[in-house]
Amino acid sequence: MTAAVQPQRVFDPYEVRQEFPALNQEVNGKPLVYLDNAATSQKPEAVLQAMMHYYRFDNANVHRAAHTLSDRATRSFEQARLKVRSWLNAASPNEIIWTRGTTEAINLVAQSYGRSHLKAGDEIIISGMEHHSNIVPWQLVAQQTGALIKVIPVRENGTLDMDAYRQLLSERTKLVAVVHASNALGTINPVKEIIRLARQAGAVTLIDGAQASAHLRVDVQDLDCDFYALSGHKMFGPTGIGVLYGRESLLSIMPPWQAGGEMIDRVSFDTTTFNDLPFKFEAGTPAISQAIGFGAALDYLSQFNWEDIMAHEHKLLDRARELSQEIPGIRVMGDSENKVALLSFVVEGIHPSDFGTLLDHQGIAVRTGHHCCMPLMDQLAIPGTTRASFAFYNTLEDVEALFRAIQKIQKMFV
Amino acid sequence: MTEPTRADFFAKNTLGITTTLTDIQDTISFLDDWEERYSYIIDLGRQLPGLPEADKVEENYIHGCQSQVWIVHQLDPETGRLFLLVDSDAMIVKGLAAIVLVAYNGKTPREILDLDIEAVFEELDLIRHLSPTRGNGLRSMVRRIRSLAEQYC
Ligand SMILES: Cc1ncc(COP(=O)(O)O)c(C=O)c1O
Repeated sequence: MTAAVQPQRVFDPYEVRQEFPALNQEVNGKPLVYLDNAATSQKPEAVLQAMMHYYRFDNANVHRAAHTLSDRATRSFEQARLKVRSWLNAASPNEIIWTRGTTEAINLVAQSYGRSHLKAGDEIIISGMEHHSNIVPWQLVAQQTGALIKVIPVRENGTLDMDAYRQLLSERTKLVAVVHASNALGTINPVKEIIRLARQAGAVTLIDGAQASAHLRVDVQDLDCDFYALSGHKMFGPTGIGVLYGRESLLSIMPPWQAGGEMIDRVSFDTTTFNDLPFKFEAGTPAISQAIGFGAALDYLSQFNWEDIMAHEHKLLDRARELSQEIPGIRVMGDSENKVALLSFVVEGIHPSDFGTLLDHQGIAVRTGHHCCMPLMDQLAIPGTTRASFAFYNTLEDVEALFRAIQKIQKMFV
Repeated sequence: MTEPTRADFFAKNTLGITTTLTDIQDTISFLDDWEERYSYIIDLGRQLPGLPEADKVEENYIHGCQSQVWIVHQLDPETGRLFLLVDSDAMIVKGLAAIVLVAYNGKTPREILDLDIEAVFEELDLIRHLSPTRGNGLRSMVRRIRSLAEQYC
């Protein structure tokens, strides 16, 4: 087991940003202001080096060959799993399943757990602010099993209606799948309470941690969730790697989802027996360099005291909210007190897609559109928003640059 | 007050009628910074008369654009010329659509099919500044206009 790394480095966003090569460039003749972190984060040099090192020196398939390179590759790959285990405080590395990302992790639960445990009339509760990745997999499994989907409504201020949630829970509720922090609004949901109530009702819980895991320290035992899904690329690691945390007692009774390769114990043409956890769910050659890169990202993050990072991000969000009040006609979507550093907004008379184009010309990268949350946009009766999403390497100057640019764009439209 | 009809919108449009592609080319070549160019594109979008709500339907909808775009047309039986109207909920898209409209509006279906629109874009130095998705959106509009013209050939 890896000993938890003690945070030892003073957090300084100006120093930190120097360690992310992609941040230090000009775009359209302006210094890049990268505010699309909710879509994907930039990667520190340490992650790039770890991946490069693997390919240069240790590249081999894992768990298989009887040679030194394969030993080294396997060791680094499994060490990365241990890093995730300790980052999430999972009870065992058997509870850490590598996936391609959040989407695949949710699909795994839907198709393996859902398909084998749900039956006609059972209910799956999701919320009105889910990403399509936490809606459509449940729709598929509902079609396959006859289970029904119930939706926790979102209130005007972008928070979940917890009373309505309590009303929805019943003995028919078999699964509750809710986003920890919304990618479209930033709202941090009271997942601990959601999980507690679900467990009381006898339902299994899945938390979509794609956004939250880049901003909050997540402890799966403290949350007491059954499943937690996240993506490495939103946590300063590479694309193509993500994690499904699953409670071992559930994972061990779940049937395999995809088959072939490492997940097999013994195959004959009559029967096949499957490997133990976590390999049972990892068919085929895994994303080795990405897992190693993700491990390096967690090492990088472990240098810092997370409170310092949260305090900094809080400052960024506060400043953004403050400056937004000076913009005539702006409407900030979601004004929950409890938000990750993300500002999703619409401005009267200016389409989000125009904002996207005109911000890009000023070197500012944001996302515009429905953010894969079409049901939420329908409820808000808007076609989409402009979303500025911050990471710890953003600075107050970045926030100010954004609002200067917004003002400039408004002038172009008068 | 009666709702304006589609014909009223066609009657209001001057783009591609009194404003020609050459006018646009001349103006754009004068503007050298991005802000002025985009302001001009926004302004062109504003010159479009829009569309009656009843025309903003699937049949007229152009897929493949980041924002909503609709195109309607009308063939003048006397001259055999095709007249177009476009609308979008996003201003820059609308402005770019206006340029496409100016290139095609009031031409015969044959002339439309013969027009080398890529050369027009190139001369305006337009596509280079557009993101790949935006460029694809413009090309989707062009494809629609060409397929409308093909119906009459
Ligand atoms: C809340 C949420 N859930 C799920 C996803 C899907 O993540 P991925 O595309 O990495 O699988 C995202 C990513 O945008 C997200 O923001």
